[in-house]
Amino acid sequence: MIRPQFLGGCFDSAGLMNNATSKPLDRLRSSLSRRPALRGYLLLSPTLGLVGALMCIPIMAMAVLSFWQQTGHMDFDMSGTVQNYVEALTRDMYRVLFLRSLGISGLTTLATVVMAFPLAYFIAFYVKRHKMVWIILVTLPFWTSYLLRVFAWKVILGYGGAVNSGLIALGAISEPLTFLMYNPTAVVITLTHAWATVAILPIYVSLEKIDRSMLEAATDLGDSPFIRFFRVTLPLALPGILAASVLIFIPTVGDYVTPSLVGGSDGYMIANVIQFQFGRGSNWPSGAAISLTSMTIVAVLVAVFVWSARRLSGRHS
Amino acid sequence: MNRNMNVAARILGAYAVIYVAYLYVPVLFLPLFSFNDSIYISFPLRGWTLKWYQTMFANEALHRALVNSLKVGMMTALISTILGILGARAVTRYQLPGQKPVVAMIMLPLVVPEIILAMAMLIVILRMGGSLGLVSIAAGHVLICVPFAMVVLMSRFEGFDRSLEEASYDLGENAWWTFWRVTFPNVLPGIVASLLLTFTISFDEFIMAFFLGSTNPTLPVFMWNQLRFPKLLPGVLALGACILIASVFIVLLAEWFRRRNTSETQTGDMTIG
Repeated sequence: MIRPQFLGGCFDSAGLMNNATSKPLDRLRSSLSRRPALRGYLLLSPTLGLVGALMCIPIMAMAVLSFWQQTGHMDFDMSGTVQNYVEALTRDMYRVLFLRSLGISGLTTLATVVMAFPLAYFIAFYVKRHKMVWIILVTLPFWTSYLLRVFAWKVILGYGGAVNSGLIALGAISEPLTFLMYNPTAVVITLTHAWATVAILPIYVSLEKIDRSMLEAATDLGDSPFIRFFRVTLPLALPGILAASVLIFIPTVGDYVTPSLVGGSDGYMIANVIQFQFGRGSNWPSGAAISLTSMTIVAVLVAVFVWSARRLSGRHS
Repeated sequence: MNRNMNVAARILGAYAVIYVAYLYVPVLFLPLFSFNDSIYISFPLRGWTLKWYQTMFANEALHRALVNSLKVGMMTALISTILGILGARAVTRYQLPGQKPVVAMIMLPLVVPEIILAMAMLIVILRMGGSLGLVSIAAGHVLICVPFAMVVLMSRFEGFDRSLEEASYDLGENAWWTFWRVTFPNVLPGIVASLLLTFTISFDEFIMAFFLGSTNPTLPVFMWNQLRFPKLLPGVLALGACILIASVFIVLLAEWFRRRNTSETQTGDMTIG
């Protein structure tokens, strides 16, 4: 369904349609053998077509919907209005939840990257044998259920959970601590743990790639290990640090599971509003506008962050 | 200098051990309390029991959810691995103009919050009069699994010696048979690894299954629904412990396939998201 549409452009530019002398199949075959790029795209087309059908078209549909108004169950006024965007940007509740989401994700990203860096450094520079074992050990939790990893923290931090009941059993406290759960801090703690494995690998890869002779050169030229770290190692590890930050920051801004399970009403994030608008709130256009607005702002923030980090490190080295 | 290195190594080594403990210990609370003979998830432990496992295995609704998850997982693994093979082959074999943005687009579902992808798909499905169910869940899962399949398979396609294919052409095989007799056997471990990993992701995935599913839930959604009832929590823990063990087993198997016949130097080529 998607393929002809997608390939149309390629075929036209390949001059396929103008060659009227031979049979269609021969024309296709000769054109393909002459143009490896076309063959490559033909091979890639099912994958691209599927991503187009399941992501690009739905996102475009979401964009169109965001300019409509809900008038009833699955009924929309399609005349077109920016009202949903005005609300998404101006209503206090959305602003509070969005800023809170940014704050929670920012802290989570910072914590995961700072905690993962020494470990990645250790595996890259100090583990001589069995590197694979370490890599598998730290990436294994990533493949296990996200829901369960988050749920574990509900078990740990809950009112009658492991920490509270443990401390009471030990006689350290008499009443359960209520500040452990249902607040933004609990969300940050849980997210930091749940996304920890994502940060290690990109940082490890960029550290592993560093040419060891560069480090030796820095030492020979008189840098102490401390200065060498900040002048050579850290700037060269920056691509991995940035990749890890982006891979954690963007998805966590829109996380739904963690705020729902351990956030409580004080820890609600933007995804809870999106879910509400598409669910019980029955205001799909508003949900669409909030989704697209928050994703656009996040994308711009990330672009600025990556750009300035690159510039900053470029000036240093 | 050497002594400094040793001190640094020791500190970092200790940190690494603590970090790994930090990764694993919180999750171990689930199996721990699943054996506890109390309806409350709290210390002190009351004694060992297997009754939560018994009640869980006797639950008919859970059986249906498990079958649903297996169906969706197998559909997802098969489709996303086939698309991954085609995509990985295309980008490793040919130098495509505009390859970078195109690959970036295929990888995009790794970073876009799943709730937004799910809602966007929900809009299209319902506006086009489609219905929600296992197929729509599988569609959502394929979207997020294709990037993983691509990454796993790309490293495998890149890792094997192109001259083997050329030798096959020189010996008179055509492209079709060269693929089946030379390329395919060489990338087969990658294909198996991709099938296993995409199955695991689908099996554990919650957001897509929650928003694109009907009242006939997959296992993670079934578990989510159970969370509302405190007296069912121990059963959920037992179920969770089983799911964790199954995931770990499948992923280790996938790793074993993925590392076969590749040298240790290639360890860093897996990007996860």
